Amino acid sequence: MAALYEGYTLCGLAPAQNQSNSGVLGVEAERDSDHVVVTDSTRSVTLYKVSDQKPLSSWTVKQGQTLTCSAVYNPQTKEYVAVSDGKVIRIWKQEHLLLDQAFKATVSADVWRVHCVAGGEPVVLFKRGAVRLLDALLSAPQQPIEEVLAQEESIRWSTNIVTESQQFAIFTTEQKGDHFLYLQRLNPNTLQRYRLEREEPGLSPLSFSASYRDKHIRLLYLYPNGHVYQSVVSERGLVTDEGGQAFPLPRSLLLSLPVGEGLLEAASAQALDEAHIAVVGVPHPSAGSGKDFLCIWNTNFQTLQAGKEIAGKIYGQLWSFWNKLFIPHGKTLSVIPYECPKSSLASALGKMRQVKTEGELEQICSTATTFDTAPVEEVQREVDLLLSRTDIQDLQPSLGQLASTLVSRTLQDPAFYTPSSLAQLVHTRCLCHSVCPDLVLLALERKDYFLCQLCLQFFPDIPEAITCACLKAFISLEPDGVSFMETLIARERGPDGLLNGFSPTSAAEYRSDGLGGGGTRAQQDEEMTSPPPEQICPVGLHKAVLLNEVLQTAYSDSFLLPHLKDLSSQQVVLFLQYLQFLYLKYSQDAFPQTHGLRSPSLSQILDWVCVLLDAHFTVLVMTPEAKGLLVNLHSFVKSQVRLVSELGKIEGSLQELNKMTAKKDVGQYSIEIIELF
Amino acid sequence: MGEFKVHRVRFFDYMPAAIRAMAFNRRTERLALARADGALEIFNFADNYFQEKVIPGQDGRAVEALCWVGRRLFSAGLNGEITEYDLENLRPRYTVEAYGGPIWTISGNDQGTLLAVGCEDGTVKMFEVLEDRIQFQRNLDRQKGRIISLCWHPSASLIAAGMMDMIRIFDVETGRATHRLLVERGVGASKSKEVVVWSIAFLSDHTIISGDSAGKVQIWDGLTGTLARTHLVTKWDVLALSVSQDESSLVAGTSEGTVVQFQFLSSTLDGQNKDWVRTRTFKNHSHDVRALVHTETAVVSGGMDTQLVVRPLLDKVEKNTQESAMRKMAFPHRSLVCCAKKAGLLLFQFPDHLELWRLGESDGHGETTMKFPLPPFQVSKLPKDLRSAHQLCFSTDSSRLFASSINSSVVVVALNQPECKYLHTLKPKSGEAESNLILEPVHLLFASEDGKWLATANTACEVQVYNLDKIKLHCTVPVYGSCPTAIAIHPTSSNLVVVHADQQIFEYSLVQKEYTEWSRRLQKQGLHSLWLERDTPITHVTFNPKHPAHIILHDMFMFCVIDQSLPLPEAKTRLFNQMILRSLPEPMRILHRHAFKMCKTFQNLMCVRLLEDHSLVVVERPLLDIMSQLPAPVRQKRFAT
Repeated sequence: MAALYEGYTLCGLAPAQNQSNSGVLGVEAERDSDHVVVTDSTRSVTLYKVSDQKPLSSWTVKQGQTLTCSAVYNPQTKEYVAVSDGKVIRIWKQEHLLLDQAFKATVSADVWRVHCVAGGEPVVLFKRGAVRLLDALLSAPQQPIEEVLAQEESIRWSTNIVTESQQFAIFTTEQKGDHFLYLQRLNPNTLQRYRLEREEPGLSPLSFSASYRDKHIRLLYLYPNGHVYQSVVSERGLVTDEGGQAFPLPRSLLLSLPVGEGLLEAASAQALDEAHIAVVGVPHPSAGSGKDFLCIWNTNFQTLQAGKEIAGKIYGQLWSFWNKLFIPHGKTLSVIPYECPKSSLASALGKMRQVKTEGELEQICSTATTFDTAPVEEVQREVDLLLSRTDIQDLQPSLGQLASTLVSRTLQDPAFYTPSSLAQLVHTRCLCHSVCPDLVLLALERKDYFLCQLCLQFFPDIPEAITCACLKAFISLEPDGVSFMETLIARERGPDGLLNGFSPTSAAEYRSDGLGGGGTRAQQDEEMTSPPPEQICPVGLHKAVLLNEVLQTAYSDSFLLPHLKDLSSQQVVLFLQYLQFLYLKYSQDAFPQTHGLRSPSLSQILDWVCVLLDAHFTVLVMTPEAKGLLVNLHSFVKSQVRLVSELGKIEGSLQELNKMTAKKDVGQYSIEIIELF
Repeated sequence: MGEFKVHRVRFFDYMPAAIRAMAFNRRTERLALARADGALEIFNFADNYFQEKVIPGQDGRAVEALCWVGRRLFSAGLNGEITEYDLENLRPRYTVEAYGGPIWTISGNDQGTLLAVGCEDGTVKMFEVLEDRIQFQRNLDRQKGRIISLCWHPSASLIAAGMMDMIRIFDVETGRATHRLLVERGVGASKSKEVVVWSIAFLSDHTIISGDSAGKVQIWDGLTGTLARTHLVTKWDVLALSVSQDESSLVAGTSEGTVVQFQFLSSTLDGQNKDWVRTRTFKNHSHDVRALVHTETAVVSGGMDTQLVVRPLLDKVEKNTQESAMRKMAFPHRSLVCCAKKAGLLLFQFPDHLELWRLGESDGHGETTMKFPLPPFQVSKLPKDLRSAHQLCFSTDSSRLFASSINSSVVVVALNQPECKYLHTLKPKSGEAESNLILEPVHLLFASEDGKWLATANTACEVQVYNLDKIKLHCTVPVYGSCPTAIAIHPTSSNLVVVHADQQIFEYSLVQKEYTEWSRRLQKQGLHSLWLERDTPITHVTFNPKHPAHIILHDMFMFCVIDQSLPLPEAKTRLFNQMILRSLPEPMRILHRHAFKMCKTFQNLMCVRLLEDHSLVVVERPLLDIMSQLPAPVRQKRFAT
């Protein structure tokens, strides 16, 4: 579940008099996640250390000059690049105290913006659409700059994207109400022009955001009516350059945000990852029509993941670097950390939790890195440490991450396996199948049936295929197989002490659940001999415990049925025998649930009998050894049906009796006393 | 406030008669309803469905069909006669023999010029509607088999007749049958039985809709005479049909007690290709639905189970309002019980006899003293002015009898002589009685205890008070827009209390000739919404001599003591607060008390009276007792048998 954390102020702003402009020209990333360069719309560039909320350096152009594009940091040369008065490119380093002493070069056309991202060279985009690499431009500053755009066309937004093989300058333009997307490849230079589909007449996109993923450039744009569209352009692109011809740009509606009354005015949408976008300046769906909210939406599930009210005027500006959102609002520039864990349906539907502080997050992240390399003992120690915390429920998303890290390492490294840690993680009830989908199969593969049992018990979302795989594995267990017993006993002894350390109640529960009576043969025998001879359990106690767990998982008939067909006829007969045993036992004992033992309900047993018969009816009819079983089942069910129908009749009569006594009989004439107050 | 000794009486075997026919006058919003015993009732749908007029039935005059022509009401019956009613004086105006055997149906054209009746002998007879009577005009082509149902085309040039096994369309101009539509018989055993077209409707687009004894509702094209669609709605009979005025909706009543609605809807979005689609089924009756009316907003149905049901169509009315609530009218809107306060006697009124009972002592057993079906009225010994009386009232000292008579007048008869003697007639306004003004009948009479005043109320909502000493009109209470349902004059203060069909209560001082202070206060504050939402009228008002500030009144489902000395309930206070007051300690009760003390212990109240000894008499007639006396319905769904 994505979350927005407590924000803090990076710096104050001096918004323009009419308040339409925040006074921030741009915020750009600097060397690492804790530094940003803020360019204000007049004359100064300031370097901030974000976590300290403190300026480290500041540079100002002379009175009379203005900065026309936000300063960018070139990590390769550790230089800053900015443009003043449209044509003067300035380059300086952090040790330069005065901007005027730094390098200056005047170019022959107005610059729109300089872009620089890690891994790419700085790119200069001119107002009329021409693009140059900074180095190439500076080698001949006065070189002629061509006009790419048409007469009345002007740039609205631009960015720069570096992929594995290519660097792109991307910008959008507007010409008489039409919007175009330009994709400029650098080295070799090719230009593609796309026409954006028109929204309702008169509506122009409020904001753009571009990202690169899976060899495609994704453009996200927000319209004043709250529609958020995504257009996807392949990195390779079409190899055509019929000058000026614009391809229609296909788009898909990602989200239709609530806009409240009227249209959005100052709003912005930023893609955070493949599934999340941050939107500012849009009403919160459950908080009236006020538009001063910052929200994170999940585009896959169309759910609102987190929301935060932003005080003061919102200017429709939003930047995000390294899990931090930068928002100018009112007279401040705020930093709001966020988190977008990989979304699963379970977490998308889960409750919002925002209580974690950054420190805790870091601890978990460091734990996760430990898991990648550390030996089993250390991992176990780390997990113990983590689970000893009291706010364990609040760490739900991170625990999922930890578990999946463990699972993926175990899958890669056959020698590595931390059964008790995994069991402890499962026991927190913070995990579910969709968070770490490989866990159950891993446990099956490592014959860790105890973990399987825990997963079946605690995961609400195990797919039917996995349930069936468990069932198959459990049925075909050699009941007295040495390995099986050893596994179980070792499991019982091994984690016991550790489990007691963190949660004595749940540990006790698990003992009684799974293995309480099963540790020794003596107890098992006792259990086996207690019922009358005609109800001898067809499977051993351990197997029964595991099968019971399968019986209690949630499933849907139509999904379960095809997987059930994979069972062999012997397995089916055995399972059916066991189900019949359970059913008979239930029908005879009034309240068969032994204390502490998790047992399936009568209706669960019947449902399984039905679905099993559905799946294998023809096979069972053909199987000679199943015949007796089926005949028994039939006669028993028949007698039960007769009994139930008789009971129904009795119930009907008794109900009638009840109705009759309830009605007060008033005769034809009576004298009563009533009191009015 | 105190305790009451209550005589709870349940031995009044009142049994309403089955509803046989209904006709709705859209202009005046009056529903005319005929019962199996020949009684006729007029309900005012514009005034809380108040039953404003009742014309008692006569032996052998069972009404089979009703029909409004303008403000005039006609009925026809199996005795072969057509009757027009005098709705001012509540009696048949005249009767015309049709000479065609029993009449099954009567229908007037939209123009109000012609009446058509369908007779047993297979003729459709046309009667011209004249100003003061109707006159036989001619027969349409005589058919083999009786005419069961009739419907005029809105243009009045065609008429459709439902018969046995077929429907005929007649050209009114020529009198010739132009089409014969054969109606299929039921399947199986009923194949050999003739199918009866019980009801028929003729729409302006020449669509004919029929309901028959095989359980079918059929849609026909009247121009070509072809069957367009058949809806099988029941295993039994479809007895009644009614079409909304805009011809977009149709209801059919069946023997199962269901009412099935059809709507003229298009199956596609563009609104083309409209078709009659079965939409809703209402089940508000246990027995045959014999009569149906589709008003603009509701389906009104009645039948064997004697209840009149108004079921609002929720797409036509605003939801969760009083208008959208279903109403079942099972009891008359007037009192059928009289009580002698001093003697402790109860007089029950039946259509053809009276019963007199004496109330018992506290041993809990009623003791019947007299019970006599009255012999035929010995009219000869009564003054002839008393021949037509629809409401009677004695003075407290039993020296005078007041009878509401023709032309809204009241006849006063002296009783202290060996035989009764006509004294005089009280007329509402001298001089005006002769004018053309329609005088509505007096339906409520009340003589004050001191013998000085006589209050009358008529269905034109007028309340008049006569001074009996001076034998002249004392005053007219300002006319309020809803019909009075109960009136009474306070024995000591001479204030007149009037309760109206819309549940409003007024108190009028006869001395000052103006509304009293309390009445003004009540009007200013307004009655509690729960009081106004009750759906049965107050049928009786009386006072408690021990507590002059108490007014006792009752409707079908509660009785109420209004204590004028207590504050009126405000909109937010709980109106039915007796249970709460009971649970509170005495000093706390004072804080929560309000003027309306309502008791719902007794249900289906026919009468609540206060006797001389300050005990209450409550006469209940449980609906279940009425239901148990009905014949078995055609089909009873039974489970587990």
